[in-house]
Amino acid sequence: MTTGYFFPHRHILGIDHLSVDDIHHILSTAESFKEISSRPIKKVPTLRGNTIINLFFEPSTRTRLSFEVAAKRMSADTFNISASTSSATKGETLIDTARNIAAMNPDTIIIRHSFSGAPHMLTRYVDAAIINAGDGMHEHPSQGLLDMLTVLEHKGRLDGLKIAIIGDILHSRVAHSDILGFTKMGSDVFVYGPSTLIPRALDRLGARVCSTLAEAVADADVVMTLRIQKERQNDPLLPSFREYARRFGVTRDVVALAKDDALVMHPGPINRGIELMPDVADSGRSVILDQVTNGVAVRMALLYLVMGNAPVTG
Amino acid sequence: MLVEKTKKDEDEVLGKDYIFSKRGVMSSSYLIKNGRVIDPKNSRDEVADLAIRDGRLVNAEDEVSGSVVEIDAAGCWVVPGLIDMHVHLREPGEEYKEDIISGCRAAAAGGFTGVACMPNTRPVNDNRSVTALILELAAGASARVYPVAAISKASKGESLAEFGDLREAGAVAVSDDGLPVRDSRLMRRALEYAADFGLAVISHSEEPSLSHGSMNEGAVSTRLGLQGIPTVAESIMVYREIALAEYTGKPVHIAHVSTAMSTELIRSAKKRGVPVTAETTPHYFTLTEEAVEGYNTNAKMNPPLRSEEDRQAVLQGLADGTFDAIATDHAPHSILEKEVEFDAAANGIIGLETSLSLGLALVREGVIDEKRLIELMSLNPATVLGLEAGTLSEGAPADITIIDPRAEFHYTEDKVVSKSKNSPFLGWKLQGRAVLTMVGGRITHNLFD
Repeated sequence: MTTGYFFPHRHILGIDHLSVDDIHHILSTAESFKEISSRPIKKVPTLRGNTIINLFFEPSTRTRLSFEVAAKRMSADTFNISASTSSATKGETLIDTARNIAAMNPDTIIIRHSFSGAPHMLTRYVDAAIINAGDGMHEHPSQGLLDMLTVLEHKGRLDGLKIAIIGDILHSRVAHSDILGFTKMGSDVFVYGPSTLIPRALDRLGARVCSTLAEAVADADVVMTLRIQKERQNDPLLPSFREYARRFGVTRDVVALAKDDALVMHPGPINRGIELMPDVADSGRSVILDQVTNGVAVRMALLYLVMGNAPVTG
Repeated sequence: MLVEKTKKDEDEVLGKDYIFSKRGVMSSSYLIKNGRVIDPKNSRDEVADLAIRDGRLVNAEDEVSGSVVEIDAAGCWVVPGLIDMHVHLREPGEEYKEDIISGCRAAAAGGFTGVACMPNTRPVNDNRSVTALILELAAGASARVYPVAAISKASKGESLAEFGDLREAGAVAVSDDGLPVRDSRLMRRALEYAADFGLAVISHSEEPSLSHGSMNEGAVSTRLGLQGIPTVAESIMVYREIALAEYTGKPVHIAHVSTAMSTELIRSAKKRGVPVTAETTPHYFTLTEEAVEGYNTNAKMNPPLRSEEDRQAVLQGLADGTFDAIATDHAPHSILEKEVEFDAAANGIIGLETSLSLGLALVREGVIDEKRLIELMSLNPATVLGLEAGTLSEGAPADITIIDPRAEFHYTEDKVVSKSKNSPFLGWKLQGRAVLTMVGGRITHNLFD
């Protein structure tokens, strides 16, 4: 780490605004926090007296629980709010909700929202640190960071690795954060999926769009599979999940094209038998549960680091 | 209370001459001296004086009787009053965003003497009583108001509105602007029937099945994770309109063109002699999709801001005559519609007060010359809509804009005249503006005092 480095961010809105040094710093901080979760008493007083609000406008099990576990292991007080965006007055609701929460002086607000940019908007209305836990089709930075931590742990480096990302790139904020993050850290990111699920100008984010599954996966160090989002199917993107599984699903044969020690990853939740076959998900190459474990460490690091940049009051 | 305030503001804006005339001391004669008179209709570009008597232009050589107010326009351009053929005045129905009086005040401040207002009000301007109401509310406003009525009843795209009645009540064109006419047969019938009454048909060209999204589809929408609207959503419908105009021989006007492909379609159609005209807006020739960065809802409109390649094509279309008009698509929205998440924000930006400056920038950059700018912003829109306007001919109504092409101003929120402040140009330092606007011999905007 560069001497004199200090973490400059008040908010974590996306991987896009993190530098290589920032990512190194977050990952090494997370690594140092991992040990806390293996202690008999899994708690440190670091964030005692801090108030952290989980503001989730979309359903979430893993991410919300992960943030809550992370906060509690650092002795912060956490509160969960689940809201629905289905009401016609969604815009006003978010600002009003945010202002009301802000009036209770929280230190950090963790937000998930179906609209891209909602966390960015929040930073204009509240003083608390904002952590983006997934916004629309934009970014899911803590997921990107935990994916990088998982690969780093297993491979010892990120530089020069071939990362294959397979599936619904269009709607995936995870793919977005992963492409930006791994590319920044020197990995080569290859993506593949049906053309209906590949966004335009994806190469501008640094990813290489492949024309076959084999091209994407050949000699890969990591095979990352993304969830097919069944709720998106009002647009005629795919004829059937059956055909998707046959043509685009990651099977044992597909993984065999990658390096012998390739890692199989998935951000969850998995549609078993559609984008990822059960035998692959449960194979020795799968590090899917390591991703979950690392998620807590990365989120502890993020909470700690943004708290360090809280404005001095009083 | 509100009415009183409005009246007072108006007095301030209109200046002392107007106040005199309201008191009955008529000062209906003006002599605009030493200005550079640019009048494309009469192929005129020279330093000259213009005389105005009883609301009309008269020969400057003639004796102008009674009290004459002299206006020294040295260093300025004196041009036929600017006409914006595409605005939303929001009245009736959404007066909290804009009303006819406030919108016309913004128009006057921007150098416009006439505006064509789109029918997507509440209720929709699809019958003669709404058209008549708009004209009644516009009496005494700071600009002439030319109502555009709906193509279809309630703009639902199902059956034609009564064009004959609408024409008689004062509508100058028909459009379902804000929405495309999905049904091609209905659009065909609209072109045919509107021509019987001399009504221009203005197409909001958008293929709805392709336009689910909140910004242009491309690198920026991918980066921001916003659903994109492809350029072809516009161009497919532009081609349909051209095909219908070519087949029926009836004219069509394409509103707010934003893409390179649409520009090329219109260019080649004009070459074949298809009766098609088109407008683009200052935002499409000035900004690109990059303006959305940071989820800026003041850069959200429909069609969306496009790529640099599209912007260059639009500039080319302005230069080579593909476009007939610059229109603003002035679309006021309050913070209720704009201070929300990007996806939830309403489409549209205000434009009346910045259009001229952005057009003048094209002249400075050598994209177009002065004459062409005045054609785009005055003569051609008047021609497309069939208005008695857009010229400085002797005997014409004295609709005049005096432009100081060097005047600089900082466009900030507190200076916005429109009721709504949703402009992507807030904070810009702009060069060139209207310093005096006159409608029928009445001064509606005056920075000379």
